[in-house]
Amino acid sequence: MKISFNINGAPQTVETDGNTPLLWIIRDVLDLKGTKFGCGKAACGACTIHVEGMQVRSCSYPAKLAEGKNITTIEGLSDGDNLHPVQQAWMEEIVPQCGYCQPGFMMATAALLEVNPNPTDEDIDNNIVNVCRCATYYRMRKAIHRAAEIKSANL
Amino acid sequence: MSNSEKTEPKKKKKFSRRKFLLRSSIGLGVVMGATYLSRPIWRRALANFANTAEAPYQGATDDPKIWFEITADNQVTLLSPKIEMGQGTFTGLAQIAADELGVDISQMKVKHAPSASGNLDAFATGGSTSISSLWQPLRELAATMREMLLQEAAKQLGIESNSLSVVNGVVKGGGKSVSYGDIVKNVTEWKIPKTPKLKDVSEFKFIGKPIPRVDLKDKVLGTPIFGMDASMPDMLYGDVVRPSQIDSTFVSADTSAAEKMPGVIKIIKEKDFVGVVAKSITEARNAKKAIKAEWKVNKKWQNSDIEEIIKVGNGTAYTIQKEGKPNFEGEDTITSEYHSPIGAHAQIEPNGAVAHVADGKATIMISTQVVNITRSEIAKRLGFEAEDVNIIPTFMGGGFGRRLHTPNGIQAALMSKAVGKPVKCFFDRKEEFQNDTFRPPTHHVLKAKLNSNGMIESMEHNVSSGAVAFGSPMLPPGAEAIFGADIGAWRGGMINYSKIPNYRAISWKVQLPFATSWWRSLGLLANTFAIESFMDELAIKAGKDPVQFRLDQIGDDERGNRLKKSIEAARDKAGWKDGKLPNGRAMGFACSVDANTPCAHVVEVSVEGKDIKVHKVTCSIDPGVAVNPDQIKAQCEGSIIMGMSASMFEKMEVKDNQLTPTIYGPYQMALMRDAPKEIDVVILENAEQPGAVGEPPLGPIAAAIANAVFRLTGQRLRSMPLEIT
Repeated sequence: MKISFNINGAPQTVETDGNTPLLWIIRDVLDLKGTKFGCGKAACGACTIHVEGMQVRSCSYPAKLAEGKNITTIEGLSDGDNLHPVQQAWMEEIVPQCGYCQPGFMMATAALLEVNPNPTDEDIDNNIVNVCRCATYYRMRKAIHRAAEIKSANL
Repeated sequence: MSNSEKTEPKKKKKFSRRKFLLRSSIGLGVVMGATYLSRPIWRRALANFANTAEAPYQGATDDPKIWFEITADNQVTLLSPKIEMGQGTFTGLAQIAADELGVDISQMKVKHAPSASGNLDAFATGGSTSISSLWQPLRELAATMREMLLQEAAKQLGIESNSLSVVNGVVKGGGKSVSYGDIVKNVTEWKIPKTPKLKDVSEFKFIGKPIPRVDLKDKVLGTPIFGMDASMPDMLYGDVVRPSQIDSTFVSADTSAAEKMPGVIKIIKEKDFVGVVAKSITEARNAKKAIKAEWKVNKKWQNSDIEEIIKVGNGTAYTIQKEGKPNFEGEDTITSEYHSPIGAHAQIEPNGAVAHVADGKATIMISTQVVNITRSEIAKRLGFEAEDVNIIPTFMGGGFGRRLHTPNGIQAALMSKAVGKPVKCFFDRKEEFQNDTFRPPTHHVLKAKLNSNGMIESMEHNVSSGAVAFGSPMLPPGAEAIFGADIGAWRGGMINYSKIPNYRAISWKVQLPFATSWWRSLGLLANTFAIESFMDELAIKAGKDPVQFRLDQIGDDERGNRLKKSIEAARDKAGWKDGKLPNGRAMGFACSVDANTPCAHVVEVSVEGKDIKVHKVTCSIDPGVAVNPDQIKAQCEGSIIMGMSASMFEKMEVKDNQLTPTIYGPYQMALMRDAPKEIDVVILENAEQPGAVGEPPLGPIAAAIANAVFRLTGQRLRSMPLEIT
């Protein structure tokens, strides 16, 4: 089937089996490889993207549901050369180690800050539930608070 | 080298520098001397050597031209034989090279050396050895490269080279200047001079500074740098039927249904696997599900079988350490048993590869910790010369020892050869959990007797474990016969308290019915859990402060003194107090020495119901020279939380011949909510050169937490994962 959606601000139409996970359309058809495969069961969050601004685990999101939607991936998080506050904070705190899960965490954090501009530690614990095997959680928490600061200062 | 003749890849030039020759000759001396001694004694000598020796770099180190590419824009690319898997090696290597080359850190780029470049490491990226083993060779290579550039500059400018100076890759002298980028344009033939004098510590601009990671921006932007992101033009997608049961052998497969599935290009049947190549990953996955594979299963294994195998006493014993005459007669002998479970690597990037095999040549893009071994394994299976296989290493989405094993490279190569096009193939998550090369379970029996002053008179540590180093491909054939005990399984299993008059450590080797190998820090986590929990038990029995109890029994040699300083640093920074704190929490203490790096943790813990909460960890680490203090802290933070994850949550079990669970969640791991809110790292530099960083801080965490829990609940938790009953 043909599926049309906006991704990172640009319209796209793909021909695919509607049950194909959106992750593979993003990675293999549209060649946006910042969104990662980790588990294929929505259990780790490495594939987190935004659909209409909400965080979605794209490995378990059938492509047909994307019809007519606005989708953002890590490649669309920054505004050209201007990094998103979450990315700025990730740079300042030097968060990534292996880096593989980080796009998913940054996307989850960016979505959280849209609905909760100043999350408490408890909010972070309850909402940021992706898996990082290098266990960079300590710096991530600092970076999430820092991102909230940068974002509110930009307003 | 750009703008100069391509150098022929050097074949297996071993490290050639004096210091490294010296070290390896010590190793050889031990082995040779061993033949004159009885076997148990020389095996103990070998074990002691393995416990304290700095691993030498085992790659090409005599030709700077295969390490550095200097481009016209005056940038230097370091082609690294060590792979970046998050440990920060690229950044440390860039700092070391920049200082000796005389360039700014912003002029440094680091890339993985493809095997075809000739810059091959015969060992692996692992064991926390990348910075420590390359510290001297890389400085010498970079200094030699600088000298080569200076000599060329002298020739091109017509000025004596000893009157030239370098700033940020620009050579100046006699009122003239020329950049490295311009020098290389006009080089006709490089001459490799003698290694010049290396810079003094006082001249370092980047070594010792908290330089941001060189891969930071790529990782924040989501740039496609990982094995999973690799692609080649006209690429197809493969998948392989992998066993779901342990101790099983592939027999045959009915592929008739799969052949008719949409998108399928070809079914590949090999002696040890069946695979499918299709147009997309989803089509390959769907076709794989339609293949009916038959496996020969030898026995229906259960976890109780594994627990029986692993018991101390059921395997082969090797004494790895012995002082005095340990004596455990009498009723006052204290005995405790400890257990650790099977652990999964659970790295987020699954194993996979992109391979292109055509015209007698193979190109493989792959996340591997063992470029050289991956290359030789693939070459052997294809019937190619190793030089006809080019391994292009990618950034790894976590290593932790999982990528010492790369059969996926062979499978992708065989499928590519069968279809004549590039093929990408990787594990799904369930297959990762079922086909991992696991951290083996362990069982520990400890015994001790105290003297009338409450000091330890005799102590013994028995550790029984499946294969670790002997499960990996890096040891040469015959190593097991020489060493006897598995040097990875007993890592961290020796007793560091050398003032005890009588002590020994015994490593028991057993055969498990599934693959086990390296898992970050090898045996360190489980062995330190057992020994350091037991030390706490003994301190309590002796009525002594557990920190002082340890300090009083550590030797006054260099190794002992470094450990004592590390313990004191953690104790003082944390404001150590034994017993329950006024806020309802308690502190716990543990320490270890891993690959000559002492490390000590003080944790602050509370218990609510059955939940253990770690609020704060104070960590001291002494890696000697701290090349990048920020990344050392990052490794400590990550090791601590990964160690907490393994200590408090993680457990694989065998049920009806299957390893389970097979997905995150049921395989419970530390998440954001479990991470301590405070991690305070103290870095000490009590050695002349950099040592291990990436694994040592994992060691003491389980025992430190268990020791704190005892102070809160009176329960001595002797099994990982730690569970209050």
